[in-house]
Amino acid sequence: MLGIFQNIEISHYIYLSCVLFCIGLFGVLFRRNAIILLMCIELMLNSVNLLMAAFTEYMGDQNANGQMFVFFIMVVAAAEAAVGLAILVMVYRNTKKTDVSFLDGLKD
Amino acid sequence: MEIILCPLVIALLKALLGNKINKWIMSVLSIATLGLVIKVYFEKVAALNSGIWQTLFDKPWFSDSIRFTLGFDGVTYLLLLLTSILTPIVISSVSDNRHKFIIPLILVMQSALNGVFMAKDGLMFYILWELALIPIYFITLLYSHKDAYITTIRFFIFTFLGSLAMLASLIYLYLKTGSTSFSYEALINVQLSLKEAILVGGGFLLAFAVKIPLVPFHIWQADTYTNAPAQGSMMLSGVMLKMALYGLIRWYMPLCGESISYFQPAIMVMAVFGVVYGAIIALKQNDMKRLIAYSSLSHVGLITAGLFSLTLSGFEGGMLQMFTHGINVVGLFFVIEIIEYHYKSRDLSQLGGLAKHHKLFTILYFVVVLGSLAAPLTNGFPGELMLLKSIFDYNSLTGIVAGLTIILCAVYMLRMFQLSMLGESEIVMNKIDTVKLMPLFIISAIVVYIGLNPQSLIDVIHPSIQHIMEDIANSKGVLS
Amino acid sequence: MNTLSIILGLPLLGFIINGIFGSKIPKSLSGGIGTISVFLSFIFSIMALPMFIENPEYTIKLDLFTFLSFDTFNLRVAFTLDRLSLWMTLIVTGIGTLIHVYSISYMKEDEGFYKFFAYLNFFIFNMLLLILGSNFIMLFFGWEGVGLCSYLLIGFWYKNAEYGKAARKAFIMNRIGDLGLLLGIFMIIQQFGTLEFTTVFEEINKGTVSVNTLNAIGILLFIGAMGKSAQIPLFTWLPDAMAGPTPVSALIHAATMVTAGIYLVIRCSALYVLSPIANEVIIWTGLSTAIVAALIGLKQNDIKKVLAYSTVSQLGFMFVALGCGAYTTALFHVTTHAFFKALLFLGAGSVIHGMHHEQDIRKMGGLKSKMPITYYTFLIGTLAITGFPFLSGFFSKDEILTIAFNHNIVVYILLVGSALLTGIYMFRLLFVTFFGEYRNQHYAFDKVHESPRLMTLPLMILAVLSIFGGLLNLPHYLQHEGGILQNWLKPVIGLTHSGQHEISFNTEMILVSIAVLVFVTAFILTRMRYISRKQVPQEQTPTGVLGIISNKFYFDEIYDLIFVKPFETMSIWLQQVFELKIVSKISYGIHDILRFFGGLNKKIQNGNIEYYLMFMVIGVLILLGFNFFN
Repeated sequence: MLGIFQNIEISHYIYLSCVLFCIGLFGVLFRRNAIILLMCIELMLNSVNLLMAAFTEYMGDQNANGQMFVFFIMVVAAAEAAVGLAILVMVYRNTKKTDVSFLDGLKD
Repeated sequence: MEIILCPLVIALLKALLGNKINKWIMSVLSIATLGLVIKVYFEKVAALNSGIWQTLFDKPWFSDSIRFTLGFDGVTYLLLLLTSILTPIVISSVSDNRHKFIIPLILVMQSALNGVFMAKDGLMFYILWELALIPIYFITLLYSHKDAYITTIRFFIFTFLGSLAMLASLIYLYLKTGSTSFSYEALINVQLSLKEAILVGGGFLLAFAVKIPLVPFHIWQADTYTNAPAQGSMMLSGVMLKMALYGLIRWYMPLCGESISYFQPAIMVMAVFGVVYGAIIALKQNDMKRLIAYSSLSHVGLITAGLFSLTLSGFEGGMLQMFTHGINVVGLFFVIEIIEYHYKSRDLSQLGGLAKHHKLFTILYFVVVLGSLAAPLTNGFPGELMLLKSIFDYNSLTGIVAGLTIILCAVYMLRMFQLSMLGESEIVMNKIDTVKLMPLFIISAIVVYIGLNPQSLIDVIHPSIQHIMEDIANSKGVLS
Repeated sequence: MNTLSIILGLPLLGFIINGIFGSKIPKSLSGGIGTISVFLSFIFSIMALPMFIENPEYTIKLDLFTFLSFDTFNLRVAFTLDRLSLWMTLIVTGIGTLIHVYSISYMKEDEGFYKFFAYLNFFIFNMLLLILGSNFIMLFFGWEGVGLCSYLLIGFWYKNAEYGKAARKAFIMNRIGDLGLLLGIFMIIQQFGTLEFTTVFEEINKGTVSVNTLNAIGILLFIGAMGKSAQIPLFTWLPDAMAGPTPVSALIHAATMVTAGIYLVIRCSALYVLSPIANEVIIWTGLSTAIVAALIGLKQNDIKKVLAYSTVSQLGFMFVALGCGAYTTALFHVTTHAFFKALLFLGAGSVIHGMHHEQDIRKMGGLKSKMPITYYTFLIGTLAITGFPFLSGFFSKDEILTIAFNHNIVVYILLVGSALLTGIYMFRLLFVTFFGEYRNQHYAFDKVHESPRLMTLPLMILAVLSIFGGLLNLPHYLQHEGGILQNWLKPVIGLTHSGQHEISFNTEMILVSIAVLVFVTAFILTRMRYISRKQVPQEQTPTGVLGIISNKFYFDEIYDLIFVKPFETMSIWLQQVFELKIVSKISYGIHDILRFFGGLNKKIQNGNIEYYLMFMVIGVLILLGFNFFN
């Protein structure tokens, strides 16, 4: 199967997903808004997804195990987003804030 | 398997139905476990005569190396019997306003304890040992006074530290097996050098000594007993202590037999010292629960000393005394609970003259007191006789010192009985409902029955004890 | 049905019936059941008598079930009736019956009537267990059981806390003795590997066991006997035990239970014959008890306390006889003592009953005219115990004196002194109570009354027994083939000390004359003081030596100082200071250390997700870096 993928070097994929991952990571670390936090997590997951898909193609894996994992991660991410947003809505209802730095109740 | 599951199912039932079923129904339901235990006994009765630890159930648990293996023999049976007799009694003593959580907790604890007594896999033993700790932690925490929090934490930390040492020992043994199995058979065949045996055995001993408790490790005991609700104290002293004593016989001695003679003198001294120490402190206690706590310290010291005398009579007397101590101490806590519930105090300096209020209660109370002070024709006597004899055989001096218990125990037990029940006083007490005395009546009946026919229990445990003693001898023999 | 099971079972049955249904049935019925069960037991023992007379070796055995088997033994619940135990059984059930009859009337007013009879029956049952048991454990069962009954009966009037204390004291002092007995039993197990009487004694007779061991066992068993039979140093409980109802004092603390120690030594005679040191210990303990108790008895003013000290003193006499190896004589004195001491106690009970619960002899006097039957029977009892010629006490005490003379002249002299004291305190009691003028202002003389027939009947029977009891074992000079009791016990006690045969007839006559002289002296001395000069014991406590005596040699105070107080102080100290201050500190120390580390962690765990994430990332970076550089 000749695809557009092979025309681009694998290193590019790696660079791209690294950049995406770092953007996500820094977003998670330094942003306080919970929605952005969730989005950044999503970004990190998707960067991994991208890498996964690319590697599968280059490895020539007939069973497409990597792609399988991509779907798996997507499902998990969706579930996580659902739960995370649900929590967020509850938090917002109670505190009228989406700022995570106020949520330090765990320490008690 | 069903012996472990049955209490859980009943606990679940209670948790689901909540207030719809009261404690009496629960109490009756929990007798089902007793039925199961007896049923298993009669199924296996022929095989038990060999003394070998029968396997009832065996399935891989976490992996092939950690299996869920249940064993059954005379020793196990006796302790299962004790647990399943006591649980309904403990449940029936729960006061009406707090039964919602405490009953399921007691049942979960029973299930874990049953597991501990049957566990034939080292890691399973450890896990259930810890599991049993969780319900008792909540029982003491939820139902005691606010300032008892720190006591509970202390109790938890102490037992946990001990268990951690045991876990380390178990893992070390596991690594030495050369196979990937935690099973009893594999662990028992491990050969250790003296140094290893001392370290490994020390780990076990630490865990058990904290829980028994032997004297320097008893610090948590009195406070916990005093602050815990009566049900907690009953489960702790009635059954949970036996876990450690059982551990000594079943796990420590056969597994690290090489180290027994190294530890024996020290443990004997500690145990016999504890006998006298606990008894002396109990002499002047005014808080009934604290008094029982210290008397319990004294009694289990005697049992430990008997076990460490490494004689047949010591083992059998120890087993017998585990059973009877469980029955008696629960009886005493039950009495205290009744007095406290109806009179709102358990302070001996305030009590007195209760005998005139309820005749049957007085008689039953007296029978239990007699049982604890080992009067003939009650259950305390044969066990204490055998224990003292074995300790005397070990060394006549320890025998004499330990023998002081029969004097001191009479002093504090009778003092407690007389200060609370006898004399003239104007105390007004709420009327005691005779139905409430039913469990106490059962306890007294057991006290007298075992007092008359202790041989029936000895016959049950004799083959198993002999088998265990062979194991211990083999384990010791590796060195010599 | 085995005779033994009937003898043992009947009192138990009485106990069970009275214990369960007692509160629902009328008093006369529950008293009747209690009495009849013991009486039938007595009848059955008598019915067994002919077979024993025919065949000296005859025994009845009852082997029920295995009580406990451990190591190599098999302890069985087994009973043996031989000549010795039959003799004791007759005393226990016979006197027991009389006292039951007496109690029906004495306890009539008491609300715990049925309870009283239940306890009494239970006592008889336990006493029979003790006597009939065929191994040491059965004996120990009964031993502890009678102690328990004694506890229950001393503290019978439970509303009085003082009585409760007396009961506890009795129980605990007995327990101290029990520890000795138990250790003795353990030593027997170690040595012989069995506890059956017959086997143990056979082994001993083989002579394989060293004398030291036998001495040790003998002394340990004797410690048990000291507790039960109230010998120095464990005697102070017995006078306090008078807190119980008077029939109890008569039955338990005079006639039967306190002689259990004697029975134990007689039973183990095979052992004691071979252990000389133990014998010396017994003699000197018995002797000192006989004297000390008699001295204390001189200055007591409570009618029951005088009798209690007299009991202690007489038990001392019996132990002297045992120590000299004269087991028959000791048993003879047990028998006669049971007769006259039960009589005296019941007489005292009758006086107390007539005086409406007054026990202080200083408030009595001149009761002779008001209570004739009590007076005459009491007089007979007094004459018997003080050794009026040809009454029962005369023969038994004289025998003990003769044996003591034969053994050691010092012992003899001291014992004669003690006998003199016996005479003095008993006549003092008699004269102060029944003669002189009535001295109680609070209770009119007219109201003093003789006790009902149910109470006087046992008194009369016992009086007859006290008079003729001596016939049971006439001394050598009256009956050449030896006394009945001596011949009776020959098969049971292999080696009897035949003291009488070793001294000449003339010496014996001199000894008898001395005994009579002692009696006469005591009588004249006391009579001069209390009848002729009409003296009455004073109210205030005397000083000097007499002060020490009337304070009972400060035994209680000394024990309090040496044993009770230190233990109590230690108990409080250990709890308040050691446990709370020191041990608790250590445990809180552990707690604090853990808290400290927890505190360090707490700073990191501030609950803010950002920080957690940060640490996580740093952790991952470190791991990656580690991987990279490797």
